[in-house]
Amino acid sequence: MSRRPYVRKVNRSWWLGQRRYVAYMIRELTSVFVGLYCGLLVLGLVRLAQGHAAWDGFLAALSSPVGVLFQVVCLAFAAYHSVTWFALTPKAMPLEVRGEPVPPGAIIGMHYGAWAVVSLIVLIAAGI
Amino acid sequence: MSEDVTLEILRYRPELDSQPHFQTYTIPYHDDWVVLDGLNYIKDHVDGTLSYRWSCHMAICGSCGMMINGEAKLACHAFLRDYRHGVIRIEPLDHFPIERDLVIVMDSFMEKLSSVKPYVITQENKAPSDGENLQTPLQLMAFKQYTLCINCLLCYAACPQCGLNEKFVGPAALALAHRYNLDSRDEGNEQRADVVASNEGIWECTFVGACSEVCPKHVDPAAAIQQTKISASLDWFKARLLPGARR
Repeated sequence: MSRRPYVRKVNRSWWLGQRRYVAYMIRELTSVFVGLYCGLLVLGLVRLAQGHAAWDGFLAALSSPVGVLFQVVCLAFAAYHSVTWFALTPKAMPLEVRGEPVPPGAIIGMHYGAWAVVSLIVLIAAGI
Repeated sequence: MSEDVTLEILRYRPELDSQPHFQTYTIPYHDDWVVLDGLNYIKDHVDGTLSYRWSCHMAICGSCGMMINGEAKLACHAFLRDYRHGVIRIEPLDHFPIERDLVIVMDSFMEKLSSVKPYVITQENKAPSDGENLQTPLQLMAFKQYTLCINCLLCYAACPQCGLNEKFVGPAALALAHRYNLDSRDEGNEQRADVVASNEGIWECTFVGACSEVCPKHVDPAAAIQQTKISASLDWFKARLLPGARR
C-alpha cells in the first residue's frame, strides 16, 4: 500500500495551549512597549530641538494623567522583559573563571547589579 | 482492589481513516508502569493494530517520543502514577507528519541533521598511524552535555517555531552543530556556518526555551542556539571589520 502521511496544521491559537507559550508571547509583546517608549524619547529630542516652548509642552504632556499612565505601563512591560531576559542570561552567556563555570545565580545577580548601577547613575544625572 | 486507567490515543490508519481520530482504551493501573507499559499492554492484550515506536524502555534509544497530555515526553519516561487522575491523552509528536497512529515521519529531521555536518571535520586528513587526537578533560567539558542528545525529537515537538516554519533547522540539529564547533579537534565551523547561521538556522529561533524544558537528557539546545548566535555574530563582524578580513 502506498504511504499517506497526515499533516496536522498548527492552530492559530497554539500559544494558548501551554503556560510557557503564553509567558513567551507576553515577553514578545513587551517589545512593542519598549519600542513605543523609544519613540517617545525620539519625540522628546525633536521637541527639544524645536525650542523652549515645544519642550515645555512635551514635559507637560508627560506629566498629564495619560502621559504618566503610558510611562507606568511601559515601565511594567520593560521590567517584565528585563526580568525574563536576566533569567535566561546564564544560558546565552555562560561564563568560566579559571576553567570553572560561574554559577547561574551569580550571572543573573551581576545583571541585576549592573541594572542597579545604571539606574543610580541615571537618577544622579537627572538630579533626583 | 484493582484500579483502571483510561488512555485516549490518536489513531490514524491511512488505509482506513481519512483523518486521525481518538480511540479510548482502558488498561489496568500499576504503580510502576510507565505510559509505554500501557501501550504494550494494549498491543499485546487489547488491540494489536496499534502502532508506535519503542525499543529500550530506559530513555536511551529516543524512539518512544509522543505527546502525553499535550507535553512532549518519552513514553518510557512518563509514569502512569503522575497522570493518575483523569484520562491520559496520547498523540504522536507535534510538528511531524503522522505515518500511522503514534508513528511520525522523521525524514525532514534526518535531512536537517545531516545538513549541519555532525561529525569532526579537519583540514588535513590524519592517518590512524599519526596517533590520537588528544583532548583534555577541560576541552571535553566544553561540549560534553551536547553529546548526550538521543535524537528523540521532543524538542522539535515542543518548539513552536518548528511548527510555524518547517524549514527551521531546529533545536537538536543546531545543538549538535554547536557540539562539534566547540570540539577542540574540529575545524568545520566555517563549513557548518552556511546552514547554522542562516535565516532558517539559529536566527529562526526566538528563544521560547521549550526545547530545553522537555529535553529528557538535559542537553539544553536553547543554550546552544543562543551561544551560537553570539559566536556567529562575532564571526560575521570579524570577517568584515578586522584588518586582512576576507570580505
